[in-house]
Amino acid sequence: MAVIRDMIAPFELFQPAGVDDAVRLMDEYGDEGWVLAGGLDTFDWFKDRIKRPAAVIDLAAVEEIRGIAEGAAGGLDIGAMTSLTAVAEHAGVQSGYPLLAEAAGLVATPQIRNQGTLGGNIVQDTRCWYYRSGWPCYRAGGNICYAATRRSMNREHCIVGADRCVAVNPSDTAPALVALDAEMVVVSTSGERTYPAADFFIGPDIDIERMTVLEPGDLLTRIVLPAPWEDARWYFEKIRDRKSWDFSLVSVASNLQVQGGVIQDARVVVNSIAPYPVRMGAVEAAIRGREPSDETGQMAGEIAVEGARALRHNDYKIALTRNLVRRSIRDAA
Amino acid sequence: MEFLRRALNPWGEDVPIGVSWDLIWAAVIIGAVFVVVHALMVPKKVGTAEIDEDEARGLPDKLQRHKPGARGFHWSMSATMFVLLITAFFPVIGIQFPWVTIHWIAGVLLILTVIYHIYHVFAKQDFWTMWIDRRDIEEGKLGLKAALGRTDEERPRAGKYPVDQKMFHHIAMVVTLGAVVTGVLMMFRIDNFLWAERTYMFSDAAWGWIYVIHGVCGIGLILLVIAHVYFAIRPEKRWMTWSMINGWIDRDRYLENHDPARWTVAEAGSAAAEAEGD
Repeated sequence: MAVIRDMIAPFELFQPAGVDDAVRLMDEYGDEGWVLAGGLDTFDWFKDRIKRPAAVIDLAAVEEIRGIAEGAAGGLDIGAMTSLTAVAEHAGVQSGYPLLAEAAGLVATPQIRNQGTLGGNIVQDTRCWYYRSGWPCYRAGGNICYAATRRSMNREHCIVGADRCVAVNPSDTAPALVALDAEMVVVSTSGERTYPAADFFIGPDIDIERMTVLEPGDLLTRIVLPAPWEDARWYFEKIRDRKSWDFSLVSVASNLQVQGGVIQDARVVVNSIAPYPVRMGAVEAAIRGREPSDETGQMAGEIAVEGARALRHNDYKIALTRNLVRRSIRDAA
Repeated sequence: MEFLRRALNPWGEDVPIGVSWDLIWAAVIIGAVFVVVHALMVPKKVGTAEIDEDEARGLPDKLQRHKPGARGFHWSMSATMFVLLITAFFPVIGIQFPWVTIHWIAGVLLILTVIYHIYHVFAKQDFWTMWIDRRDIEEGKLGLKAALGRTDEERPRAGKYPVDQKMFHHIAMVVTLGAVVTGVLMMFRIDNFLWAERTYMFSDAAWGWIYVIHGVCGIGLILLVIAHVYFAIRPEKRWMTWSMINGWIDRDRYLENHDPARWTVAEAGSAAAEAEGD
């Protein structure tokens, strides 16, 4: 691991009070700028002196993207700077979107959830330690994946979606937001764009140096949740080495619409098995029109791991994914 | 502008990791400048030479210049080359799409076309038609002087292939083989249908230079493609381009541009005439 030093490399600090000022600064500094939200991903990078931006744009004072409001058509509109605790404890989230409340409530520790933001949790960088050690891997602009070789320590790495890089997306809230059909609102100096959550995350086949569609100058400002499905059942489970505080080894989020004992519509999303939250389209198609039973879950689990390919140390993720998907159908409530 | 991208590897060694992507734009700009300057400076002469009736006697109206196999190779290589360049460089300049699989499949197809070409050259063609000899060098010197306006002397007619076409072929051959060999080596860095990854078969520095050579060849190919396409569409060269499509050239073009003593064509109606062309 990299050596964490006592001094962060110098940078120019900006504390804009509004989104317009923030994106103007981001546009001005481009890839030399760094957006600071809760700081929980940021300060690791800075203390390791691996990321040395010329300018840090601190969003702490940008109140317009903090908080939760009622959205259009019965949905919710969550500012990207809203803390994870606020998301997990919000009455509207708990009643309408318990899947998201559960996911946000399982992020790290209470202290981290108080400081960390929903936006930061969504766009956080991968935890691959080869990459975070500052070595010149593909994701860092180099020409090698240190985690994909036969000698690598790759217990936490991916089983699907690899393309030279085998790092995984570590976010807990991301699979929940994909399962809820959330939309991500992105602002830059050229205007506002909206992405379905499933399209917001990208794999290394598209761009090996990014985990989301965000490019320098782009700011995730809001997360828009559509009205929850009627008769929805949901399930979220996060498997981690330490239950007190850790990143997920595999997590699953399911959102099922069950009417008359039959699944009418479904979203099943698994994270930490790929560089992006994996929406299980084949599983969703297969379980529509079936009862949310153990039998259906078992079938869904088998479908979920078709094509999965383990690295040297992570074949356990295949069994874990199979069982989590099974449980996410069977035990959705 | 830097030429190499470098990085510290886990052992603290400063190693190259590839060419600077600035060179892409340098190649595009150089290619564009070359095209503009050449288009402005070099006159387009189309079919101005007089035809010697004695030389024309007995020749067929159409002479085969490229056999279907040679044309097939040319257009296959063109297609794979465009795919390789697009998949290599578009993502670098910001047009993102899943390019890796397309890139290496195109690379494999390119290798197959090159293997076919090598077989075709040795088994079906006259290998020496592409060789540069003393007369080609003289032809090249005069051609260059004429292009620079330093002589009024008529450029001598070429053999089957003009010297500039031969030079382009040889440069393209070296650059393409450089890209192919380094590309095959780079495939050892990832698991693929042929073999499992062997990331540590070379040192980081050696890998870095392999990436540098691959990048240099790729950028060289940008220049070569720009030049090739430009010359292919120039009015006085279009007859050659058409011959790569339909296989033949007409008798007047043959006599105007080729020395019958260096590229001998059988008389019309003979069996040899039917078999002509590479």
